[in-house]
Amino acid sequence: MNSDVSNVTEAAGQSQRLSGVDSGVVKVSSAANESGRATRRKSGNEPGNEPGNEPGIAAKNITVTYNNGHTALRDASFSIPNATICALVGVNGSGKSTLFKALMGFVPLASGSVEILGKSAGRALKRNTVAYVPQNEDVDWDFPVLVEDVVMMGRYGHMNFLRRPSAKDRSQVESALQRVNMWEYRHRQIGQLSGGQKKRVFLARALAQESRVILLDEPFTGVDVKTEESIIALMRSMRDEGRVMLVSTHNLGSVPQFCDHVVLINRTVLADGPADVVFTRKNLEHAFGGVLRFHVLGGHELHDDDDAREVTVITDDERPFVLYGENDDAPEHQSFDKD
Amino acid sequence: MLELLIAPFTIDFMQQAMLTAVLLSVASAVLSCFLVLRGWALMGDAISHAVLPGIVLAYASGIPVVIGAFVAGMICTLATGYLSENSRLKEDTVMGVVFSGMFGLGVVLFSVMRIDVHLDEILFGDILGLTWADVLQTGLVALAASVIIWFQRKDLLVQCFDPQHARVIGLPVKALHYGLLVLLSIVIVTALKVVGIILIIALLIAPGAIGYLMTDRFDAMLFYAVAAATISSVLGIVISFVLDSAPAPTIVLVLMFIFVLVFLFAPVHGLIGGRRARRTAVEPQFH
Ligand SMILES: Nc1ncnc2c1ncn2[C@@H]1O[C@H](COP(=O)(O)OP(=O)(O)OP(=O)(O)O)[C@@H](O)[C@H]1O
Ligand SMILES: [Mg+2]
Repeated sequence: MNSDVSNVTEAAGQSQRLSGVDSGVVKVSSAANESGRATRRKSGNEPGNEPGNEPGIAAKNITVTYNNGHTALRDASFSIPNATICALVGVNGSGKSTLFKALMGFVPLASGSVEILGKSAGRALKRNTVAYVPQNEDVDWDFPVLVEDVVMMGRYGHMNFLRRPSAKDRSQVESALQRVNMWEYRHRQIGQLSGGQKKRVFLARALAQESRVILLDEPFTGVDVKTEESIIALMRSMRDEGRVMLVSTHNLGSVPQFCDHVVLINRTVLADGPADVVFTRKNLEHAFGGVLRFHVLGGHELHDDDDAREVTVITDDERPFVLYGENDDAPEHQSFDKD
Repeated sequence: MLELLIAPFTIDFMQQAMLTAVLLSVASAVLSCFLVLRGWALMGDAISHAVLPGIVLAYASGIPVVIGAFVAGMICTLATGYLSENSRLKEDTVMGVVFSGMFGLGVVLFSVMRIDVHLDEILFGDILGLTWADVLQTGLVALAASVIIWFQRKDLLVQCFDPQHARVIGLPVKALHYGLLVLLSIVIVTALKVVGIILIIALLIAPGAIGYLMTDRFDAMLFYAVAAATISSVLGIVISFVLDSAPAPTIVLVLMFIFVLVFLFAPVHGLIGGRRARRTAVEPQFH
């Protein structure tokens, strides 16, 4: 992903180097950058604009009230076209996980409706249309299943009722495990893995499932950068195959890199639409309120000349690490902590 | 001596006992794997006690006892499911409350209604007094249950391991859940009157526990469970013949003996076997 950032920088015609910004949005405020972003986005197909194509995921006025009386989502509506990677962004407790459960019918809707590829949630699940990576796996880690068995469970929707794996099922399992760098661990019992490795196995299961709709609830939490990059690459290729993905994340920095679409929520949908329209400073401030860390480096702090461009760093959870200097050996550290 | 060991295989009622025990062992061993993994180890215990009021009422009203028992068993499992879903109590807690309550009800009904059978006839069965018709009936039920579970084992496993994923990939989760409970009840009810409550409870826990200690793969776990149950049925009946002891408890004892062996010497998860595995695994690093 660093290369992506440097693309932006190059497009902006600058020699400065920005790195280590996984957790923040680095936005070089210049027209040149905007065009750089636009060209990059074009590599993905412009999704869902064909007429007569039903949306990938659509929610209409959904309200979810938990048993304890807490209304986690009220009157939330959005729609995501096919062949899209959509980010779901919001503070802790804003209802992201609730929204995923509501989409699949795991929590009852007090009102509203959900359509997945034009069908009700129940019918979509029956047809193996949806893959889901929950935020926390609630399973018995001592269970007598190996890593490869768990990933093979993603293939069951493709098998006949005896669930006997074909050569294709096996190769899908292998490539999914390769993608998340867990192939060497395929014969491990599932509990004998680290937290991030477990997460990767369940990601692999969702990949192996080859569903047209993939719901990922904070898939990158606890996953290393290398795996994250390779999963993002895979998501891009799945988008190009016409699949639709909804990904919740606190990694604001990577959202513009791989998401075409953004849904901002805080107990309802605040904004949804194409990333370059919705993922703006104003909307983010609205969605995150005071939680957001926000840093602007004005031109005079960056340059000795009268270049007026400035660097804006936005992050919701982690402190961004931004390097800015002449060469690699002696970078001037700028680590921000201004709340 | 040899004659004494071979005799049980030649005598009619011993053959019947052995065949029935083996067939029931297979079915309950397969079931026990799922019960152990789901944390339902007590379910066998619960159902086999909870059937009592059903048996008594069926006796009193002339309905076939099997049907009364089955209905009572299903009421027990459904009540357990309903109560644990609608309260914060854990399933095993609710199960304990429901089955002791139903067993109590059964005993009270039994004494109030003054039925002219003995309670131990209902609960302890008589594996040495079977007819070929009993063997056939029990065998068919056991065989059907084993075959159904064998073919559904992968779906049941997903449902057990990750119910959420089972729903996402569109498995019929309700049908799997209740199907397993129905099969369990049928096997228990059939087994109760032939082999008795002690044996069926043991057969529904120990084989699964043995398999679970032996391996990290589910199909292997099934294999070990079935092997342990079958071996202890055959051995138990032979030993009971030699010692002239009651067959069902003897089978249970053999099963427990195997359990202790496995607990100690299982390759990775055993107390001593595991230690050896760890030692040999660490050694290469020092060379
Ligand atoms: N089972 C539940 N019962 C009652 N309230 C719940 C339940 N699960 C979540 N909530 C509440 O619903 C709201 C939304 O929760 P949710 O898990 O959807 O948030 P989230 O956006 O996923 O947060 P995070 O970023 O921490 O994952 C929270 O206020 C939470 O307290
Ligand atoms: Mg969440």
